[in-house]
Amino acid sequence: MAMRKGLSPVTVTALAGGLAFLYVPLILLVIYSFNDSRLVTVWGGWSTRWYLGLLHNQALMDAAWVSLKVATVAATLATILGTLAALALVRAGAFRGRTLFAGLVYAPLVMPEVITGLALLLLFVAIDFDRGFWTVALAHVTFTMCFVAVIVQSRLLTFDYSLEEAALDLGATPFRAFFSVTLPVILPAVAAGWLLAFTLSLDDLVIANFTAGPGNTTLPMRIYSQVRLGVTPEVNAISTVFIVVITAVVLAASLAMKWQQEKIESR
Amino acid sequence: MDSQPAKPQKPQSVRRKFEPWADPAAQPLIRFQSVVKRYGDVVAIDDVSLDIYEREFFALLGPSGCGKTTLMRMLAGFEEASEGRITLAGSDLSGVPPYRRPVNMMFQSYALFPHMTVADNIAFGLKQERMPKSEIAARVDEMLKLVNLRGFEKRKPHQLSGGQRQRVALARSLAKRPKVLLLDEPMAALDKKLREQTQFELMDLQQRIGTTFIIVTHDQEEAMTVADRIAVMDHGKLVQVATPTEIYEQPNSRYVAEFVGDINIIEAVVERVTPGDIALKSNALEAELRLTQRSDVKTGDPAAVALRPEKIRIGKEPLSEVHANCAQGVVYDIAYLGDLSIYHVHLENGFVLKATKTNISRQIEPPIGWDDKVYLSWTPDAGVLLKS
Repeated sequence: MAMRKGLSPVTVTALAGGLAFLYVPLILLVIYSFNDSRLVTVWGGWSTRWYLGLLHNQALMDAAWVSLKVATVAATLATILGTLAALALVRAGAFRGRTLFAGLVYAPLVMPEVITGLALLLLFVAIDFDRGFWTVALAHVTFTMCFVAVIVQSRLLTFDYSLEEAALDLGATPFRAFFSVTLPVILPAVAAGWLLAFTLSLDDLVIANFTAGPGNTTLPMRIYSQVRLGVTPEVNAISTVFIVVITAVVLAASLAMKWQQEKIESR
Repeated sequence: MDSQPAKPQKPQSVRRKFEPWADPAAQPLIRFQSVVKRYGDVVAIDDVSLDIYEREFFALLGPSGCGKTTLMRMLAGFEEASEGRITLAGSDLSGVPPYRRPVNMMFQSYALFPHMTVADNIAFGLKQERMPKSEIAARVDEMLKLVNLRGFEKRKPHQLSGGQRQRVALARSLAKRPKVLLLDEPMAALDKKLREQTQFELMDLQQRIGTTFIIVTHDQEEAMTVADRIAVMDHGKLVQVATPTEIYEQPNSRYVAEFVGDINIIEAVVERVTPGDIALKSNALEAELRLTQRSDVKTGDPAAVALRPEKIRIGKEPLSEVHANCAQGVVYDIAYLGDLSIYHVHLENGFVLKATKTNISRQIEPPIGWDDKVYLSWTPDAGVLLKS
């Protein structure tokens, strides 16, 4: 029996229901960010004044700046370490303790954030590392690195190793062969890994809460503390900006992966 | 190949007499000396000693898993020998990494760098040598001309056809003017017509530039077409190293006889030996087998006679005055290939002999058909004695 493909009333309803469940809250938030009224629940006409107000909210702007710095540094370090871990897992063959190593690399994927955060806090206190910018950044490296490793590893599995051998054969040292051939070829996956690490770092509230010091409040922490004093249209506005940024980055990551896929298929 | 027609050149025979392996004073360029390669308990290369000479086009032939690729990769530096020595122009290659060997390789997958243009691919090895830019440009142009790909320098590999990619890979591996070029199944990805044409072009190119070429292939026709000498390999051992003619006409073993070309193998026992005349008796044939070959076999030794199908005369009438090297039977299968036909002939005692016949005249009705009674005969120098 041939399955009928396309949209039937049932599939349309299911799709609409699912999408509504996921996105109605977000859409409401975006709409209310343009609310002229000071009261969150009363509609008072369209306005962009909360967005202009954001620029004058120094505390929020500072937090946004901290978040961007943390995310950039953390994503970059996580990408380097994650790529190295993926290389070790794919290239080194069946070395002693490989399974254990793979398990250790991927454990943070399933580790509850509260535990990761608490453990890091204990460590930083134990070694007397003053909490501040670097503690948040390092904490973010530990939990985003595994995502980079997963993405890069899947790319390396389909990488034609003879490309690297050809580079060696033509006189490139292993170091040069990696940077002039292997890295450019797997770059889309590495870039996608970086973007994913960046958004994960930007989103994180729990781990940052444990590891950030005074004066290094990240944006999610700032928003959270402001909400505890009551939801203002300003919070809606900053959240909308946040949604836009994250969406853009995730879109870029998926485009990078798609572009790589096309490059492979066109061969 | 497949884009521009080759420029008309003065006809010139490609192969002159070239046999440095027969000259005891000649110094080999490459020497494998008792080379063994083991992977754990598996012996991939089993005590191989082999000399390859300058300007030689050498083929490593064998089925997959026979060790031919391992042998080539040892020369390129991707594998180290477990025992024995490999020398190139007198210097020991052990411990020399691939990027310091004057040997280049053309990969089966071509391994073109997908993010670089054709010109950058060809220039890659030259850049590693830190050759001046102007020299690189000149060399790249020379290589493009050599493989007939001028005008394609700005293309990326995915914008080329299979044949063009093959030529870029060839140009890239020749750009550094290596002492030895290794070719790993270079034509496996090409279709039959293009492959035949490319074989001749490769031969021609090798003659012009004079580089030693070593090709790895499982295709015996390809090896016979291009190579000066062929090494037939089986289970990590060299079975026979000889010219294509010797490999085909004087196989030294059943393995070589059966691997290269089509052949009839007749089991027999030696009856009489006189210099230049060996008589054998086989259960398969009524008549005696006579060979002019010289051999050290003795009366009573078991042996086999290998007989190529094209050396057997097939006809509806018996040749008169033939008492040895003949048989009669019934045709039960015919493969018509156009240029020749292959006949499978059932002998009276059930043995099957294959005989081929060139289709000299145009005939729609075959002169010999199914179920025809036929007479087979061959000369005493047609068969090869194989000791079991």
